[in-house]
Parts: sequence; C-alpha cells; structure tokens
Amino acid sequence: MANRTPLYARHLDLGAKTIDFGGWDMPIHYGSQIEEHHHVRRDAGMFDVSHMTIVDISGDGARDFLRRLLANDIDKLKAPGKALYGCMLNQRGGVIDDLITYYVAPSRYRVIVNAATHDKDLAWMRKQATAFDVELTERADAALIAVQGPDARDKVAGTLEADAHEAALALSPFSAAQIGDLFIARTGYTGEDGFEIMLPAGQAVAWWDKFLAAGAAPCGLGARDTLRLEAGLNLYGQDMDEDVSPLAAGLGWTIAWEPQDRDFIGREALEKQRAAGVAEQFVGLLLEDRGVLRGHQRIETDAGDGLVTSGGFSPTLERSIGLARIPAGDIERCRVDIRGRLAGARVVKPPFVRKGKILVDVSEGVTQ
Amino acid sequence: MSTIPDDLKYTQSHEWLRDRGDGVIEIGITDHAQDALGELVYVETPETGRDIDAGETCATVESVKSASDVYSPVAGEIVDANDSLADEPDKVNNDPYGEGWLVRIRTADDTALDRFMDAAAYRDYCEEAS
Repeated sequence: MANRTPLYARHLDLGAKTIDFGGWDMPIHYGSQIEEHHHVRRDAGMFDVSHMTIVDISGDGARDFLRRLLANDIDKLKAPGKALYGCMLNQRGGVIDDLITYYVAPSRYRVIVNAATHDKDLAWMRKQATAFDVELTERADAALIAVQGPDARDKVAGTLEADAHEAALALSPFSAAQIGDLFIARTGYTGEDGFEIMLPAGQAVAWWDKFLAAGAAPCGLGARDTLRLEAGLNLYGQDMDEDVSPLAAGLGWTIAWEPQDRDFIGREALEKQRAAGVAEQFVGLLLEDRGVLRGHQRIETDAGDGLVTSGGFSPTLERSIGLARIPAGDIERCRVDIRGRLAGARVVKPPFVRKGKILVDVSEGVTQ
Repeated sequence: MSTIPDDLKYTQSHEWLRDRGDGVIEIGITDHAQDALGELVYVETPETGRDIDAGETCATVESVKSASDVYSPVAGEIVDANDSLADEPDKVNNDPYGEGWLVRIRTADDTALDRFMDAAAYRDYCEEAS
C-alpha cells in the first residue's frame, strides 16, 4: 500500500486525481493542471510536498559532516536561518540527490531530499555519518506545504498572528525561521516567490484549510512539474542521476571549488572532469515545429547527438519546452526525434519564465 | 461518472466508433479516456487519402502528462482527419464525442462495427477496470 500524507483525505475532498509518486499517493491535479499552473504564476497556489524527506542533522560534527557530504559548501551559510541548494555526489562525481540545506542553529542543520530517493539517501548519509560526531533524525512527524506565487507570502502571512505575521514577511529570499509551530522558508521550486512551510503533521489539515481560505489554490504535482520546467529547475532522476555529473547537468554553479582543501565526496572525479573538459552542456530547448518535447527523446546536432532530459508543454509560453544535454560548443538549433519525426528546436538558456515574466524570445518559430 | 452515448460502439482501448453511413466510420476517444489522460496540449492527426490497417496508429494525443497513440479499430482508407485539433486540442477534453472526433475511415467491411462493445458492455468494462 502506498504512503499517504496527512493531507490525503483533504485532497480527495477537493477532487484531486492521485498518482503514485515514488511510493506515495499524491495529487497530480484537482481538475485542471493548466489552471493550477496559472494560479501560481499570477496569484498563489499551494502544494502538499509532505512526501519529501526531512532530515535534521545535529552534533559537534554536523558542519564537518555536511562539508564532506555536499559538493556545495555550507560554510557559505554565514548566519543561522540561511539556506543553500546543492548536490550529494558519489565518488564518481555522479549525483545521488539534490537537496536544500537550512542552517537552523550552530551545530544544527536541516536538509530536505527527494521522496523517490528516500531509502538510498538515508543509507548513504548514515554510512558517511559514522566518521563524524553527528546525529541524523528523520522528521516523519512533519508535513510540508509549499505556497508559491506573487501573492503567496501575503496570503500566508495573513493567516498568522501579529508578531508571526511580521516575522514571516521579514524573511529574505533563501532564508528560514521557526515561527511558532511553523518552520517557514522563503524557498520554492516554481520560479515564483513564496514559502515552503514545515509544520507538525497533526496541524497539517488545519493550516492547509487556513491557506485555502486565504486564497491559495490547491495545486498538484503536475503543475509543480511544468512550473519547475519553465523555471529551468532540475528534477532529480530526469535531468541528473548517479551517472550524470553536475557539470553536465547545469549544476556547476552549485559546486564550491574553494577552499581547495575541502575534500567533499566526488571532488577528485569532478576535478578530473573539469581538467579534461566537459563534453556536454545543459541547455533549454524551445520547440519550433509541432509536437511536444518529452524526456528521453534523442537530439541531433551538427556536433553529435544529445538527449532531452525533461520536456513538456509550457502553459505560460503555450509552446513545448525542454531541458537537454547536448554536445558542448556553440549550438543554436537542433533536431529532436519525436517518435520518428525530426522536429526543429532552438537552443536557449534557461530559465524560460521567472517571476511571471517570459525570459526567452518566443517570437520566432511555428506555434501550434 | 463518464458519459457513454448509447448510439456508439467502443473498443477495449477506449476508442469510440460512429457509423456515418456509406461505410464511413468516425473514430475518437471516449470521455473516460480523455479524463484519464488529462488536459490535451497537442493532437496529431494523419494525412487523408492513405490506407490504414486495424491496430495501426491513426492519431497521437498528447496531454500535459504524456503522449498516447490512438489505434485504428478498423482497416480502410482515411477519408478525413480533424485538423482543427492541432490548434484546439482541448476540443477532445470538452466534447470527446462531437467536435473532438479524430479521424473518419472508409471501410469495405460492412460488419466491421459488429466486433465492438455497445454502450452497456463498455460501461461494464469501465466499471470492472476501475
């Protein structure tokens, strides 16, 4: 039987269609995935992301442990309350998972990893942790609700008492704070402003209903995927995995090479790759012919073949877009094998959409 | 509960067939199928004038989630295809048995429709599957 979040019954009440997602019964949409997408771009939408794995890391060795575990350097987090995105690599420099780390207090950190990778992530983290004075605690007692969109912060703040209201609105991007029973982070996965809120599982329904009453539209994982695709945000398992280097997945910016003496797992492999030159680049694609880009489609370029890693229909652009790995070099156009037909696509730099604005030129090419 | 008109025939892969007379059979996907697929964002229909075998792909419907082939339940000549769906794929969601039709095939087999489920049988079939 699939896992269910504390909000499962609420989703059914709201008319959700559910799917299996990494062993969890999750809402894919509540009627219209495209409308849900627009709610987030134009106003505010909310997602139950309680299936994601929250792990608290504490102890005198917590900092050293994370500086070994992650390719990004948590020493960039100068003060408690700041957050950092990065990857956990294997010795070959492949990506075990991508995750966000919150610096909660000295010697206390919180990481959120993907749901589908729960078992292997925890096994890997526990294995690495044996060399450090650190305790890992999985927070299965917590729920996670993401409220995203230009009006999301105001709507959430409106549900809070005066002091909490001020504290929530005072959070700067990529910051988090424990505010009453809520751990509120100004982070997200949609390309819009908003909060990701960790709260006690027993309060999940009550807060969900408060956010709903404040005007946040329930949104499923379908809209979450098209939103993150437009925002050019990688999805683990599609855009990178254990056999793909962050350097070939557009995640080079999350590798902290300095200081040079920080020996994170995968560093040696990545340095060799960097010295040899990375043969692939990670790009955005805008389909110019008819059809829809999908993951696993083969790409032809004059410099060799590539692969669509994520693709779909962009509700904001009303065009098909994708993320792809193609040969390194200056490539402006490519052809994508869409079920045996070669369709023209233009190479663009992600993101496609951020904060409600289209950032790529969509004036050229055939629309559908 | 999805709509299942009484005057159509149905396949196990959720296509519907309508007898338009003169051997022409109109084909689309059922309300149940469009609901399961979710909002369609692209529909590819075939060129008219060519022959098609039963079981061959006669259209591709792409939803926000995935691409699905629609198989021709009958053999014959494709005499018409609903090209307007390229610009308005949501017709299939909003009116699967009307404006959302996909192709029309002329078949020489005048018993072609006899092989398929009627509305009552299809209703039972959907209930068993769910």
